[in-house]
Amino acid sequence: MTANLWAEVVIAALLLLSGGLVLLAAMGLWRLPDFFARMHAPALASTLAAWSVTLAFIVYFSVREGSLALHAWLIIIVLAITAPVTAMVLARVGLFRQRRAGVALPPPLSSPLSRSPDRRP
Amino acid sequence: MSPILAVAISVTLMLYAIAMVFGLMRLVRGPSAQDRVLALDFMYVVGMLVMLVLAIRFESSMYFEGALLMVLFGFVGSVAMAKFLLRGEAIE
Repeated sequence: MTANLWAEVVIAALLLLSGGLVLLAAMGLWRLPDFFARMHAPALASTLAAWSVTLAFIVYFSVREGSLALHAWLIIIVLAITAPVTAMVLARVGLFRQRRAGVALPPPLSSPLSRSPDRRP
Repeated sequence: MSPILAVAISVTLMLYAIAMVFGLMRLVRGPSAQDRVLALDFMYVVGMLVMLVLAIRFESSMYFEGALLMVLFGFVGSVAMAKFLLRGEAIE
């Protein structure tokens, strides 16, 4: 059963990698100084850590069942679609709320358009 | 399951637990509301990873559906809370 042993070594390495990356992301989320810096840290968890756990899942169930278990790839696809959307909406929330709170931020790039009369101020 | 994999799974789950404690600290402490939404989104992702590791731990592929549902509901929840912070209403 050397093939199984090697598969388990690969799975263990992928799981430990993802654990370290998630811990790094959490440290970043806790330690970084302001909101826009903090937004960068959780991307580690939703990209490379999720990739390595999903690869471990695929390797484990492929070896166990003897056929390729690629359905876990759905999680990577869904995360690749949803994580950037969440990050973009949260960045807009941060800009909107900090601007309204009077924090000095760079001006919006779309300011000439937003001054046109048919738009909300 | 060999002892290598069992130890690796235990260590990984422990690292995830520590990460979730950090996320929870940011969720409780977070100076602004968007920090709390960010921490909750992070904790959803870590919970999804925990589900995938538990699938390997208990040798059951059923956890995969739970993980998929967790990704989808985490996304919907985070975007709804972010929209609420942006305009004051979740659905326009």
